Amino acid sequence: MSTPTITAAVTIAGETVPRVELTPVAVDLLRSLWDEHGPLMFHQSGGCCDGSSPMLFMAGEFITSDQDVRLGQFDLAPTGAPSQPLDFWMSAEQFNYWSHTFLTVDVVPGRGSGFSAEAPRGVRFLIRSELMTTVTPFAVPAGTVGVEADAAAPIPA
Amino acid sequence: MTVYAAPGTPGSKVTFKARYENWIGGEWVAPVKGQYFEDITPVTGKPFAEVARGTAEDIELALDAAHKAAPAWGKTSATERAAVLCKIADVIDANVEMLAVAETWDNGKAVRETINADIPLAADHFRYFASAIRAQDGDHAQLDDDTVSYQFHEPLGVVGQIIPWNFPILMAVWKLAPALAAGNAIVLKPAEQTPVSILVLLELIGDILPPGVVNVVNGFGLEAGKPLASSNRIRKIAFTGETTTGRLILQYASANIIPSTVELGGKSPNIFFSDVAQEKDAFYDKAQEGFVLFAFNQGEVCTAPSRALLQKPIYDSFLGDAVTRAKKIIQGNPLDTDTQMGAQASNDQLEKILSYIDIGTKEGARLALGGERADLGGDLTDGYYVQPTIFEGHNKMRLFQEEIFGPVLAVTSFTDYDDAISIANDTIYGLGAGVWSRNGNVAYRAGRDIQAGRVWVNNYHAYPAGAAFGGYKSSGIGRENNKLALGHYQQTKNLLVSYSENKQGFF
Repeated sequence: MSTPTITAAVTIAGETVPRVELTPVAVDLLRSLWDEHGPLMFHQSGGCCDGSSPMLFMAGEFITSDQDVRLGQFDLAPTGAPSQPLDFWMSAEQFNYWSHTFLTVDVVPGRGSGFSAEAPRGVRFLIRSELMTTVTPFAVPAGTVGVEADAAAPIPA
Repeated sequence: MTVYAAPGTPGSKVTFKARYENWIGGEWVAPVKGQYFEDITPVTGKPFAEVARGTAEDIELALDAAHKAAPAWGKTSATERAAVLCKIADVIDANVEMLAVAETWDNGKAVRETINADIPLAADHFRYFASAIRAQDGDHAQLDDDTVSYQFHEPLGVVGQIIPWNFPILMAVWKLAPALAAGNAIVLKPAEQTPVSILVLLELIGDILPPGVVNVVNGFGLEAGKPLASSNRIRKIAFTGETTTGRLILQYASANIIPSTVELGGKSPNIFFSDVAQEKDAFYDKAQEGFVLFAFNQGEVCTAPSRALLQKPIYDSFLGDAVTRAKKIIQGNPLDTDTQMGAQASNDQLEKILSYIDIGTKEGARLALGGERADLGGDLTDGYYVQPTIFEGHNKMRLFQEEIFGPVLAVTSFTDYDDAISIANDTIYGLGAGVWSRNGNVAYRAGRDIQAGRVWVNNYHAYPAGAAFGGYKSSGIGRENNKLALGHYQQTKNLLVSYSENKQGFF
């Protein structure tokens, strides 16, 4: 049976539409890394050399706080197997600029990635993005995002 | 025009070893687990050497060597240490072409940059910190007639340093020079994308330093970086990289209650006020070049001017001229001195840049130039090349908010001074910025109002030793390239001395 895409369960209070998914190749890699390391977590990075990439850590290795947003929770387990929950986190300040996009975690050949767990396999997780059609379903506090309103602003001509 | 012979072909300035081990205690030491990984040149996408895949066991060996060396090195005089740093600088100067070709092959950047910037600057940074440590005084204060407070600078001891891949040798030197000048012993982990060029430098300078003062362990972040950053045998950890790993390193440092300096990237605004176009003179030409500097080092610079802010009255004309200029960027074999833009450093970096071009298009940004992978043909066809790319959009787009680390520029307009500063500061980062104006008052005020550690005024992308470099906001903590950096590698010892013969009188 081929590996499915896995969509993260909604974890932001008041929201109803998922924000993150895994491609089948990402699912296969994550299951293999789970076998090697045990429970895992993602934290989306920003900036500099290896940034703007999702970093994979042993669950709890990276200490999250109120300054982080949990965008969703994957369950890596095949149907009927015990749950393998994997949270996807991002800093709240970064989320302010990312909240209008749906994120797909993919895998590409690559080398190096901060302390992310996949690097020794010669691959890198990569984010692909789609615009979410609207922010209306999301109960985002007023003034913290504002992307929808600004997106209507014309590009300078 | 010169085209340097590719390493591995006749006449090359550098001959790489087939395999590089770790540099520990002044000698090459095989990794404990016996594992190696391939170093790939981005110029052709092909492997060219094997490098030790270090683990916690190798980090421990390096820490053993560093702890053995640190006490004696820390007791040497500033005069002796400065002499060592100057000797290193002389050796670098005597081997510029060899180191430049090695760096270009490892990283993919154009050799004109490694020859004229990376390698000469590396030598100069050693000389700067040789001078700075000689000139550094302690401090004393006579607190009353009998009591004197003396303050001494002491080395921290053994420190850890984790280096990025965008300027592999120069970034290592930014951290090595102040740490060595201050009398510390070092365990350094280079980036796994570019592990070899620093080892080529070590082959040249290794025996100038006492064994164990500088130790280099290569490997992956999880396997070698984490054991170093989280070790309770270091007294400081320095890191250049991205925000998540930066936070993780600060978390490890907190567990050991040690200081950490972190430099974590940026999304630097480059602001052009209308008066730059008042005349089409040399200054206008300079400002145009300042705009096109987004493509310098293929955009792989933490301070890349990746957001251009143009004042509305000059938006169309200035951008039109700049796009014409950017079209003339010569992309080609990085070993050709005429090449202005080389290869991105790795395949995943290439993929990430393309993913941002994709989201930029989806967000509605308008493509003004480039936007695709570049196939340079021949041996370079599998190398990691991207066209210089310019998008027009608005500052809330992800193109404007995320560090792409590629030759991708996001351009927008502003109405007046306040609008310019507001857009410039609407970012989580605060590393670099550029301000261009013929009006000194405007340029000065803008430079002070932008929340960034380095604001270039009427220039960009200069990194002279002496000018403090570091971030505001989420761009990090600490300053490099200036004598301030010595303080990041020193303890303060206070001796409070009583010269009175009489008791205090409490008991």
